Amino acid sequence: MFGLTALELARTQFAFTVAFHILFPAITIGLAAYLVVLEGLWLRTKQTLYRDLYHFWSKVFALNFGMGVVSGLVMSYQFGTNWSFFSDFAGGITGPLLAYEVLTAFFLEAGFLGVMLFGWNRVGPGLHFFSTLMVSIGTLISTTWILASNSWMQTPAGFEIVDGRAVPMDWLAVIFNPSFPYRLLHMSVAAFLATALFVAASAAWHLLRGRDNPAIRKMLSMAMWMLVVVAPIQAVIGDFHGLNTLKHQPAKIAAMEGHWENHPGEGVPLIVFALPDQQREENRFAIEIPRLGSLILTHSWDGQFPGLKEFAPEDRPPVAVVFWSFRIMVGLGVLMILLGAWGLLLRRGEALYRSRPFLRATLLMGPTGLIALIAGWFTTEVGRQPWVVYGLQRTADAVSNHGVLPLAISLLLFIVVYFTVFGVGIAYMLRLVRKGPVMHEGDTGLVGGPGHERQQMRPLSAATDDDLRTAAARS
Amino acid sequence: MGIDLSLIWVLIIFFGVMMYVVMDGFDLGIGILFPFAPDRHERDVMMNTVAPVWDGNETWLILGGAGLLAAFPLVYSVVLSALYLPLIFMLLGLILRGVAFEFRFKAHDHERHFWDKAFIVGSIAAAFFQGVALGAYIEGIPVVNRAFAGGAFDWFAPFPLFTGLGVVAVYAMLGSTWLIMKTEGPLQARMIQLSRPLIGLLIAFIVAVSVWTPLAHASIAQRWFSWPNMLWFAPVPLLVVFFTVQLLRSLRAEPHVAPFVYVLGLVFLGYTGLAISVWPMIIPPDISIWQAAAPPQSQAFILVGALFIIPFILMYTAWSYYVFRGKVRAGEGYH
Repeated sequence: MFGLTALELARTQFAFTVAFHILFPAITIGLAAYLVVLEGLWLRTKQTLYRDLYHFWSKVFALNFGMGVVSGLVMSYQFGTNWSFFSDFAGGITGPLLAYEVLTAFFLEAGFLGVMLFGWNRVGPGLHFFSTLMVSIGTLISTTWILASNSWMQTPAGFEIVDGRAVPMDWLAVIFNPSFPYRLLHMSVAAFLATALFVAASAAWHLLRGRDNPAIRKMLSMAMWMLVVVAPIQAVIGDFHGLNTLKHQPAKIAAMEGHWENHPGEGVPLIVFALPDQQREENRFAIEIPRLGSLILTHSWDGQFPGLKEFAPEDRPPVAVVFWSFRIMVGLGVLMILLGAWGLLLRRGEALYRSRPFLRATLLMGPTGLIALIAGWFTTEVGRQPWVVYGLQRTADAVSNHGVLPLAISLLLFIVVYFTVFGVGIAYMLRLVRKGPVMHEGDTGLVGGPGHERQQMRPLSAATDDDLRTAAARS
Repeated sequence: MGIDLSLIWVLIIFFGVMMYVVMDGFDLGIGILFPFAPDRHERDVMMNTVAPVWDGNETWLILGGAGLLAAFPLVYSVVLSALYLPLIFMLLGLILRGVAFEFRFKAHDHERHFWDKAFIVGSIAAAFFQGVALGAYIEGIPVVNRAFAGGAFDWFAPFPLFTGLGVVAVYAMLGSTWLIMKTEGPLQARMIQLSRPLIGLLIAFIVAVSVWTPLAHASIAQRWFSWPNMLWFAPVPLLVVFFTVQLLRSLRAEPHVAPFVYVLGLVFLGYTGLAISVWPMIIPPDISIWQAAAPPQSQAFILVGALFIIPFILMYTAWSYYVFRGKVRAGEGYH
């Protein structure tokens, strides 16, 4: 198909399905934690706007959670259908980690999600808060296991190769492999940032349309506090993550920096713009800042780190993709820090809620958390190439022996079904957001239970018919 | 060696897949039966009978995948790539049907028919391709150097296509008896009527597979018809006859829970029969559970968690079924 080989088709399919999937869990992680904070504040202060915000965001959460579940089901089978030699080679290590994710995280989420979404009037406030907390903890446990598995593929540890297969020798070393702590922090914080930007953009959308109430102001304010504090912290975590990568995966760093070779006694420049050319082993149209690369990565004026030419051509990742996805991530990160700072300056005199340029910028920045997150994943996953398990198994040796035809069929179907189904789902989600938080929603008591609108069901149904109709009518 | 970890894991996975077949079986069955209930309110009731519980059923499928990868990575890698297209079609069917389930109640009236169709097509596709995968698995999967050595369309053969249809019939039967238990009035009456031909189909399917597999595979004939195996396994066909008679009898007078229980029994017997046929091969015809096992460190590490946590999952599941017990009535909108 389109002249692609079976390997390229399999990689495209995995990249497509996982990139689509990760959007939903990222928002799930962030919103679950946000809901814990909102409910905690409601219980502590008894200000109704926290409860109103809780009800509003829990509907968006429910829709988003459901789409994460169905798109995740595909992921749990693709390792076998498409990457059978990887599964055979590393299944003894990644398998138990994934199974623990199912047992400890999915169970916890499934067990408490119903009470969280539908049990507002059926259990006491303490037990309800506990349920929200458990769902949030479940999302973080899930993140922990899946990132332990992913990090092991990046920086494998605690294993021996026996009969050509990876055998676990020390589970603590497997789980707490060298890149795991950095990746876990970086990804969790990225999920929080993406959610904060999404929440802020929702508030900005309403304020720009003259829909102004204390709940909308509160959610903008909370999201901007989150952004101003966490965006700079994310930059620091990213810096540490980069140093860790330099130590364990130097070829990836060289690709991220577009750094081909060292010149004796000279510091490495930071390349702002370039078109890396893998064949000619050089950058074209490069714009460089002298020595800044050295300063960032070695924290010294003329420190050096390995260039791409120090690795055999077949051991180099695709430089242009890694180079540019990294720049997209960092560029958006810088914009997030600036937006946070701008918001802080506008706090005086409540200009935060009135400045149209600021609100427009916040609206535009809404999806950038998710874009940066996907760009970051491209950086780290493409940067791991040509390995699937770094230094141990090449991606080309991991792929199942399928022909082009079955892969072309499956990829086309995935593209059609995902765009249709999740397109509609995301449209429903945005309709809900457009409806906005309703003040005093909880005053009359929410009906729930058998025979009522808000019966406990699957997650997607917490958003009732009515919510969506009103939203549609409004738009 | 002390404990046979592989044996324990086979039992856990056998149990997990059984849970999946039974639980997702009846809710996929409802999608298959949708065309027989064109009325919107009846469709609402049908969906509402499984609305509170189907979400948990999918977890068993994920557990099946992850458990297989953890305990028998070779099986996970070989079988899943051998059954590539049927499994991809099944996953797409499950997505289509899973969201249709949700979006149907959120759609405007003029959009609803689209999600009704997605629900029907998704349910039938998921059931049919599970059956195809089962048939192809029993037919045997050629393995060379720890990799699938067959073709991408090997499953497109008479036996797998037949088992595909068979599983659709089995799930329809589970669905109809589930609805007999959970509904009343005209809908229940229609399901009782539908159950009779479905029983015929189900029995025809069981008999056909019981004749077809030993004829096609000498090892299966040997397993069942050699002495004294014949004696040990005799209860399986005898119980099938017994349950069928009981099932037909239970449909006659004001049926409630009984038909569903007898169908569960039949499904369990059929499933056990297949396990007897392939044992101890986990990738028929050549690879046994011990040859396919993950390193003992892997099997032991996850076994600790599984034995501790699965009881909690069962308790939660039982509790949610308890909460939503009883008949579902029209207008008693869950949505």
